[in-house]
Amino acid sequence: MDKVLMKGNEALCAAAIRGGCQFFFGYPITPQNEIPEYMSRELGRAGGTFLQAESEVAAINMVYGAAGAGARVMTSSSSPGIALKQEGISYICGAELPCVIVNISRGGPGLGGIQPSQADYFQATRGGGNGDYYLLVFAPANIQEAADLMIEAFDLADLYRMPVMILGDGMLGQMMEPVVFKERKPRDLPQKDWATTGTAGKRKPNIINSLRLDPAELENLNIRLQEKYAQLKANEVRYETHQTEDAELVFVAYGTSSRIVKNAVAVMRANGLKAGLIRPITLWPFPEQAFEELPDSLRALMSVELSHGQMIDDVKIAARGRWPVGFYGRSGGMIFTQQEIVEAGEKLLREVSHVSGV
Amino acid sequence: MNEKVICAGFGGQGVMSLGRLISYTGMRVGMEVSWLPSYGPEMRGGTANCHVIVSDTLVGSPVISHDATAVLALNYPSMVKFEHELIEGGYMFYNSSLIEEAPGRKGITAIAVPSNEIASEVGDLRVANMVMLGAYIAVCRPFTLEDVVEALREVFGPGKEKFIPLNETAIKRGIEVAEKAAVGS
Repeated sequence: MDKVLMKGNEALCAAAIRGGCQFFFGYPITPQNEIPEYMSRELGRAGGTFLQAESEVAAINMVYGAAGAGARVMTSSSSPGIALKQEGISYICGAELPCVIVNISRGGPGLGGIQPSQADYFQATRGGGNGDYYLLVFAPANIQEAADLMIEAFDLADLYRMPVMILGDGMLGQMMEPVVFKERKPRDLPQKDWATTGTAGKRKPNIINSLRLDPAELENLNIRLQEKYAQLKANEVRYETHQTEDAELVFVAYGTSSRIVKNAVAVMRANGLKAGLIRPITLWPFPEQAFEELPDSLRALMSVELSHGQMIDDVKIAARGRWPVGFYGRSGGMIFTQQEIVEAGEKLLREVSHVSGV
Repeated sequence: MNEKVICAGFGGQGVMSLGRLISYTGMRVGMEVSWLPSYGPEMRGGTANCHVIVSDTLVGSPVISHDATAVLALNYPSMVKFEHELIEGGYMFYNSSLIEEAPGRKGITAIAVPSNEIASEVGDLRVANMVMLGAYIAVCRPFTLEDVVEALREVFGPGKEKFIPLNETAIKRGIEVAEKAAVGS
């Protein structure tokens, strides 16, 4: 199959169309504007519908409506825009509807800046809106992976009847890399017999709603959601490990910034320091399994993020006190260099040696 | 091969498309590539730059930081900003039509390319970026002139094929300038 050179934002769109996306509702914001631009041009040609909403809030509620009618639907935005969508996302989770949400994130808080950032980890993995819910969150590190995950995203959303989020950053959205679009593997998916498609007078109406005033009914929904999340933890966790087999220091990093960390691992290895990397591909469910496979040689973990430390909480939970957990991060759109990471990693190893008296 | 190239200049000098063409040509000849643009206020005027990696192994970080093998500087602020990103022994190609002084950084090879003058001579100031590309491929040899022209043919498509001779001439003139500079040094 042909390799094409594409921006991350555009590759996500081409993959979404291959994944069966029928509707796109969105509102412009940098650094994801190539997504609505591409969809406005291409989705109609593919038989779907693009609509620029009057706001992010309107867009996510259009997603709610189209998902309720059984369509394959997506929206995209960047950090402050995703913040605006949280009410709708919570409703969609409450109504158990499938959809795909892309966050090409930027620095915050507030309107922040437009440069790459990973400060939306909590928002993505802790349920940015109200209630006891999660999203399936993918964090691709390169454009090929972004396209591969996007092609699958609509199937997974339909399978679990829940939103799937693709969390990238401005770097992933703006950069170009070669990408090959693979065929979507057919899956057995449940019929959408819950969708509001019109009764034709032959069945009882389906109702899409997130209001459940009866506490017992609402608790039942929550129990059902938790069962679904347990299935996701069993079946959908994805991660990559890189040179962890004999490592003394293992970095944990995700998305495009994990590539800088991978370079740092190579530099440290060349200097004789045994470094490795765990790269979560699903941020939720977090790949706790990866930490069960770590070698006895391990002396410390270090979470490396384009934020002041959010994923580090999950790293500590997964570490269960077995190893010290260090941190290195930059924020606001500043991007760490591999040299900064090498130095931070070496410093942590020295501190660990000092404490343990080695 | 692991070429790490920063292309930089004023918005409108074609540095983004210059970088894209290097990536695209690299991909066509079977290399691993990445192209990372600045996308801040630069794209609305002022300085613009992109980081291009062409490698025979998978590209790790797409960010170039203090490990550029070459900088293609179309204006003075770009040369000053990026000369310190070069590795020891790296190449600074600078647009000597607009930049009067050679780079101050020691331990690198500086190649003066009068891109604007040559572009005007061949008939269109807009191909100054292609002159720079010619100088770069002559010295660093990531791929050949023929590879670039083939890539251009795909990028332009049939509708814009008429622009290929102009671009090819500009690239050839850049190659000549760089070869002369190399002989002279």
